[in-house]
Amino acid sequence: MAADRLSTRHLLGIKDINRNDIELIFETADNFKEVINRPIKKVPSLRDITIANIFFENSTRTKLSFELAEKRLSADVVNFAASSSSVSKGETLIDTVNNILSMKVDMVVMRHPYAGAGQFLSKHVKAQIVNAGDGAHEHPTQALLDAFSIRQKLGDVAGKKVVIVGDILHSRVAISNILCLQRLGAEVMVCGPTTLIPKHIHQLGVKVEHNLIKALNWCDVANMLRIQLERQDIKYFPSLREYAMMYGLNKQILDSLDKEIIVMHPGPINRGVEITSDVADSKQSIILEQVENGVAVRMAVLYLLASQG
Amino acid sequence: MQKKTLLDGQKIQITIKRLCHQLIENHDDFANTVLIGIQPRGIFLADRIQQELQIILKSKKILKGNLDITFFRDDFRRKDGLVTANSNSIDFIIEGKKVILIDDVLWTGRTIRAALDALLAYGRPEKVELLVLIDRRFSRHLPIEPDYIGHQVDSLNSQQVKVTWASEGAEDKVILLSEKQ
Repeated sequence: MAADRLSTRHLLGIKDINRNDIELIFETADNFKEVINRPIKKVPSLRDITIANIFFENSTRTKLSFELAEKRLSADVVNFAASSSSVSKGETLIDTVNNILSMKVDMVVMRHPYAGAGQFLSKHVKAQIVNAGDGAHEHPTQALLDAFSIRQKLGDVAGKKVVIVGDILHSRVAISNILCLQRLGAEVMVCGPTTLIPKHIHQLGVKVEHNLIKALNWCDVANMLRIQLERQDIKYFPSLREYAMMYGLNKQILDSLDKEIIVMHPGPINRGVEITSDVADSKQSIILEQVENGVAVRMAVLYLLASQG
Repeated sequence: MQKKTLLDGQKIQITIKRLCHQLIENHDDFANTVLIGIQPRGIFLADRIQQELQIILKSKKILKGNLDITFFRDDFRRKDGLVTANSNSIDFIIEGKKVILIDDVLWTGRTIRAALDALLAYGRPEKVELLVLIDRRFSRHLPIEPDYIGHQVDSLNSQQVKVTWASEGAEDKVILLSEKQ
């Protein structure tokens, strides 16, 4: 049995929460998963709460997932996209958020291109902050839903071997996943070209492997990250085609492994780059389960944070 | 703590039998009626009522589900600590059915208010009735009264009524706990 409350008022990163918190989130998410599979997918818990979704960076699935989670908890939701706002007129982050808060908002879900933006905001405004991705730093709800999906598929996360493949250097999903999986007792390996693996990543206690086949033979779960072309200011590998040949997962490789591994992807998929279509749509892929679990996990996070607002 | 036994195992068994006969008076063979136990403590009584009804009616299976009301509570964010949720298991359709809500103790009525709300997520029942083993009368916060009552008690707010069951590894028993004066 997990503890009966979270150890934090904000969800800024996996770094700030402990194993108990994660288990409490998972147990609560189990209940919400049942809720969202009912004919009427809504509970009234957050009916007196207003949540602002502030996205300074593009997002489709995370924003949609948060918004659905909020609405299924009966919260009032306001959306704010930086591109269509006064940010482009030179307003500071604190001013923007304080303006929104003076309209009586209780919680802020924020995505921002700079690492630490959530942390900074949590020190300067009264509302509770949920980090929906800050630069190349953390993306805690993605890591939680990934671990929740592994737990659902394999029964437990402890003792499992997970390899994260691809662009580790620019990936907030990778950092949050490493921390979350380790908290839960899994072994983590990162795999990718040398240029996309941060130099000191082994200090986090992860294995580093540059050969995809070796990595896949070691693991129970492979989390294939998206190549973030928009973050690559310089060339990290000669061509997408070469990357796909060296680090892309296809059906042939998947079938040649000794055991059936589980394939995950945080989306959006570059089909034919990180994974081929037949792998993405295969029985071993749990990509769509990840999306479904995303709503339940985010409902759990919002519900638990709200309980101590 | 002072303990006083309100009902022992034998009395509980007699009470459950009586409640079942009262239910049969109104619901015949339970063709259009379902039992819903309220989590976490009402499910034990719902189990017993179901078993007893099946024995008396010599019928196949009377439908029974468990309902969790955690997300429908009216004290969320108003009291310290978090109430952790339990599972729901209602694998039939409630639309148009007569529903018997079952809980062990009725006190303020707030749980039942939440249960009525939670129930709607599974459809619109034709009728909802309430069955409780213990009615702590004169202590309601809401205009809610049970249709079937096992036993009524007069108690102070500072007292607690606890029901334990053989099916959870204890013994069938209802006790009244009060602070020592």
